Amino acid sequence: MTTLAPGRGDSTGTRSALAGLNPVAKLGASLVLALVLVLTIDWVSAGVALACELVLFLWAGLTLRVFLVRTALVWIAAPAAGLTTLLYGQAAGVVHWSFGLVLVTDGSIELAVATVLRVLAIGLPAVVLFITIDPTDLADGLGQVVKLPARFVLGGLAGLRMVGLFLDDWRALELARRARGIGDSGAIRRFFNQAFALLVLSIRRGSKLATAMEARGFGAPIQRTWARESTFGAREYGLMAIGLAIALLAVTVSVMTGHWNFVLA
Amino acid sequence: MTVDSSKARRAASGSAAGASIDARGWGWRHAGRRAWAVSNLDLRIEPGERVLLLGASGSGKSTFVHALAGVLGGDDEGEHSGQLLLNGSDPMHARGRVGLLLQDPDSQVILARVGDDVAFGCENLGVPRDEIWRRVEAALRMVGLNLPLNHPTSALSGGQKQRLALAGVLAMRPGLLLLDEPTANLDPAGVQEVRDSVARVLDQSDATFLVIEHRVSIWQDLVNRVIVLDRDGGVLADGAPGDVLARQREHLAESGVWVPGVAHQLPARARATAPGASPSSPEPLLQARSLSIARSANQVVASGIDVQIVAGRALAITGPNGAGKSTLALTLAGLLTPTAGRVVASREFARGAAGDPIRWKSRDLLTRIGTVFQDPEHQLIAATVRAELAVGPRALGLTDAVITSRIDELLQRLRLDHLAEANPFTLSGGEKRRLSVGTVLATQPGLLVLDEPTFGQDFRTWREIVRFLGELIDGGTAVVAVSHDADFVAALADVEYRLPETERSAAPVVRR
Repeated sequence: MTTLAPGRGDSTGTRSALAGLNPVAKLGASLVLALVLVLTIDWVSAGVALACELVLFLWAGLTLRVFLVRTALVWIAAPAAGLTTLLYGQAAGVVHWSFGLVLVTDGSIELAVATVLRVLAIGLPAVVLFITIDPTDLADGLGQVVKLPARFVLGGLAGLRMVGLFLDDWRALELARRARGIGDSGAIRRFFNQAFALLVLSIRRGSKLATAMEARGFGAPIQRTWARESTFGAREYGLMAIGLAIALLAVTVSVMTGHWNFVLA
Repeated sequence: MTVDSSKARRAASGSAAGASIDARGWGWRHAGRRAWAVSNLDLRIEPGERVLLLGASGSGKSTFVHALAGVLGGDDEGEHSGQLLLNGSDPMHARGRVGLLLQDPDSQVILARVGDDVAFGCENLGVPRDEIWRRVEAALRMVGLNLPLNHPTSALSGGQKQRLALAGVLAMRPGLLLLDEPTANLDPAGVQEVRDSVARVLDQSDATFLVIEHRVSIWQDLVNRVIVLDRDGGVLADGAPGDVLARQREHLAESGVWVPGVAHQLPARARATAPGASPSSPEPLLQARSLSIARSANQVVASGIDVQIVAGRALAITGPNGAGKSTLALTLAGLLTPTAGRVVASREFARGAAGDPIRWKSRDLLTRIGTVFQDPEHQLIAATVRAELAVGPRALGLTDAVITSRIDELLQRLRLDHLAEANPFTLSGGEKRRLSVGTVLATQPGLLVLDEPTFGQDFRTWREIVRFLGELIDGGTAVVAVSHDADFVAALADVEYRLPETERSAAPVVRR
């Protein structure tokens, strides 16, 4: 369960300024960028945002290797999304190539470029900010800064810790099915049976966990305190401001160059 | 002890004054059940008393303890009769004044870091931040868990997890400490760890103490009162430990309690390795040759293993936590692929199944190697006990008549006949264990592989399992059993294969 082990920046190979920032600020900055960038589909806004981000990544304290490994999925997803758009995207202008439903046109080329840049511009900063988030710190932040209900935040956090146990359970269920003579055929049906068995096991585990939490006073009608203070100060506002600034700059340049293409219009 | 010294001690450890318990004709019935889990319970426990609570399974010990902890739920979870009072008021309103330690170490870890987990209860009780961390340090010191506060909880052993949970409970400064079979899921080293921690805690605390446990010897010296609950309601016996244990010895042993001094009374096995037995050993069914085992592809836990499995003999796999005992058993059972070396089956044993056991079809395993997993719930797949037992025989394509007769016989032998139509998940721990053994026996394999078959079982089930396996072995079945249980190994094993401590297992290892 390496993904859930306490991070605090040490396990990710980063010693960056980002690691100590409140996770809520990281979440907020990524959200601002993403929200603004999904409002339009043009290559200019995404390009501007991406350019700014790539410069800022230099200060994130990640080695190139860590950066590439952690963001690998984004680098794969972006071209894949781009290729789909290129082949099937809305046709406009000169037709360059056609084959059955596939139609590559000026319009689809432009859309494809915009898509690739957009996935990168939203995905890369999200990953860079998120790899330094520790789930416990995030829960502290959501509870104390965003003031979400403690029941919801801590319940979710405790549940997350069980994911590692589910992986063990799944493996044991698989071996047990082979041992019981039903592992030879019907792979699809077996998968669903096994998934159902896992569900039953996780509900049982969940209710045991809930009892353990209740026994420690969770849900008592007392104003809860927080052992770890989650602070939201100048550095956090700074990060949010950077996110907002990039978003605004991208929109401004896009509108001024006449490329703004509002998706809801 | 004078009042002054008691006060000083309490101030040093910060424990609360002990709570009193009053039950007046108290009873509880779970919603949807016909029978009362507890009924007509009348007793008083004075502040600071240390009580061992005994009784047959089904006598409502856990229900009583859960009610005291206020986690039994409201009116939609069940109905109560009479009165149950903690310090003269309803336990439901006393959350935090009662600390409850449960049986399963895995389901009690709540947060990812040791310090945070201990702090969790204090947070819920609204303790100020500075005070929380003082209490966390003190509680960890008391249970003897000398780990950094940011140590990951996932890297703790079972015994350490239980001590962590105990620290979390102590940090709440409860006036009543409840332990519900706290060592049932631990290996002997873990049991000792937890017992020593509790002893240290009791030295420094005035809290009232109540523990449920099948194994009397663990707690006998730490308590000053034993209460035995009656299955038919009320209290069967109550008094000083030596007195009650002497008077109720036979009844307790029959109820599944491990009473010190009650002999096992097992029929002796005709052992192949007994002195004077003929040295002519038959050809082994399976041979492991310079085997390297791994739970997942690149985590080799042990290597250079050579063992032989012979018909009519029992091989016990022992060793410290994390040494790879379960992994070795599952590799021998043809379920995990060895990273090096081979598990070779004799021609007679393979009976036409091609290659090493790991290459055999799932269906071919049924009549050759039966595996009983550590957690019976992992291998339960049917909706009723009868259907569960039929899974293997059906996969073999046996006729209905054969299946019915086999199952009826098994149901009777395993004392599950009254539960034939019950859902396997609703059975008790001991019944589930017997059922999981039964599912394997239904296809009559020549080799039985069992992972911790006596783990967490009470005395009665323990005795049944040992007797049952003894009969099978003497009848010619080969048995491989992973076990921490020295009594079990002594009673059954012909050969013990002890896995050495690995470098990896020197560090705390997660589960198994």
